[in-house]
Amino acid sequence: MNIVLSSTASDSHTWNLVYLHLLLEEAGHRVVNLGACVPPDLLARSCVDAPPDLVVLSTVNGHGHHDGPRSLAAVRAERVLDHVPVVIGGKLGTTGHEPERADALRAAGFTDVFDDAGAVSRFTAFLSSLGSLRLAGSAS
Amino acid sequence: MNTFAAAVGRSLLVVQPRMGMDSPEVMRAGLLAVKNADAPTVGTITVDSYTRVGDHEAARAALRSGVGLNGYPIVTHDAATTRAVLDGVADADFPVQVRHGSADPRAVFRALTAAGLDATEGGPVSYCLPYSRRPLRDSVAHWSEACEEFDGHLETFGGCMMGQLCPPGLLVALSLLEAVFFRHHGVRSVSLSYTQQTNADQDAEAITALRALAARFLPDVDWHVVLYAYMGVFPGTPTGARLLMADAARLAVRAGARRIIVKTVAEAHRIPTVAENVAALEDAARAGVPWTGPPVVDTGVLAEATRLVEAVLELSDDPGAALLDAFRRGLLDVPFCLHPDNAGAARSHVDAHGWLRWSTVGAMPVEAPRRTTEPLGSTGLLTALNRVAQSYDSAVATLG
Repeated sequence: MNIVLSSTASDSHTWNLVYLHLLLEEAGHRVVNLGACVPPDLLARSCVDAPPDLVVLSTVNGHGHHDGPRSLAAVRAERVLDHVPVVIGGKLGTTGHEPERADALRAAGFTDVFDDAGAVSRFTAFLSSLGSLRLAGSAS
Repeated sequence: MNTFAAAVGRSLLVVQPRMGMDSPEVMRAGLLAVKNADAPTVGTITVDSYTRVGDHEAARAALRSGVGLNGYPIVTHDAATTRAVLDGVADADFPVQVRHGSADPRAVFRALTAAGLDATEGGPVSYCLPYSRRPLRDSVAHWSEACEEFDGHLETFGGCMMGQLCPPGLLVALSLLEAVFFRHHGVRSVSLSYTQQTNADQDAEAITALRALAARFLPDVDWHVVLYAYMGVFPGTPTGARLLMADAARLAVRAGARRIIVKTVAEAHRIPTVAENVAALEDAARAGVPWTGPPVVDTGVLAEATRLVEAVLELSDDPGAALLDAFRRGLLDVPFCLHPDNAGAARSHVDAHGWLRWSTVGAMPVEAPRRTTEPLGSTGLLTALNRVAQSYDSAVATLG
């Protein structure tokens, strides 16, 4: 798959992005890594010309609950991107895993949210299922 | 001489915390506690992250609503307020440095000068590439302007950039080049930073190399080296954290760094309390005794750093222009740094003895590794990032 990997607007951490970039490449995907502190409009602009198969937001500064939906809204505002799956993960709040807030992010339109102890293996499983869905889709 | 530099000159090892609170009263109490610690200390005011990125409106709103900031908003509090924080606290025996992290430091420099302070830190490369999207060109312009108007002590952050997996030759070169940039813009009292990484012998060699280059390239400038205790994942156990911190203090004295920025037992978990900071300062001062171990061995860090520095300074008489050109050509290339102005062709790894090595050097004028190594994968990266914490925590488990 073609995947756009990005931080949120206020998050300057990058080791999480470096790690996910390697993880996605090892799984055979092509990655565009936008790096730290990505404003919502830059994220959307980076996806418009060649809509990716998946957008991955990774954030660990505790502002993910606030910043994530703003990034998502900018992506969804582009017509060519309104069906692209968008997921978010990392340390999304300041007090550890908060199931209600993860649910709120799903309700806000994120395809899935990965912020719990098993996040990485769940994310890897999500990638495989999304990949096989796409294969099935292109065969039909 | 600048009061900050003079205070550092009076002790074998001066110890310094990271510390910043939004309330002027609490900030003052924190500074007083550091001043009264049983150790040769200097004070720190760390600014909050809104001030760091220049969003002073957000800092003001947070102060009004009492949300709580993660540092002291030195631009938002007026100069009289900051003077009151410092009154009877900051003096020749206890100078205070402002730490901020801004790619555009102009407002912070003006605010600290208005409050009567004259010591701060950063750099055009080191506060742009790792944390910001701002073009390097803009950061160089802002830092040039800030330095021209500044008359005080300035510390490079360049020896700490992504410093946990960066082969030391490059960190030494960056720290030196930022000091040369400061000097070019009229700053006459500087410190050169380096961060503790994965192997004490390699770090000692790096600090020694940094001092040799400073002596060569900063002849008419007052300078010293400052060591930052490990900046990556910190040991989770209090004893592991103390052991790592004590090793940092020993390293500083062994290699001739005159000041150390400490970390605390709370580092892996949360922002430390004032008491935890004071304890860390006193522990570091006690651990920093004269070195009686083997001398530093030269394995080539000085030669590598010298090649990088010379290649950059050859590009232009203006160090800012030279730095821009060097990053454009990939002559400087920070491994794992995602900034658009970093070439991103170089990669590093930790070898079996804990030494940081190049896997690939990109276009940098440094010796390519003789043996090819498998580039770090995701699992290898996680292992490398957690290596130091793990080794100190497992040493604790062995101690029982």
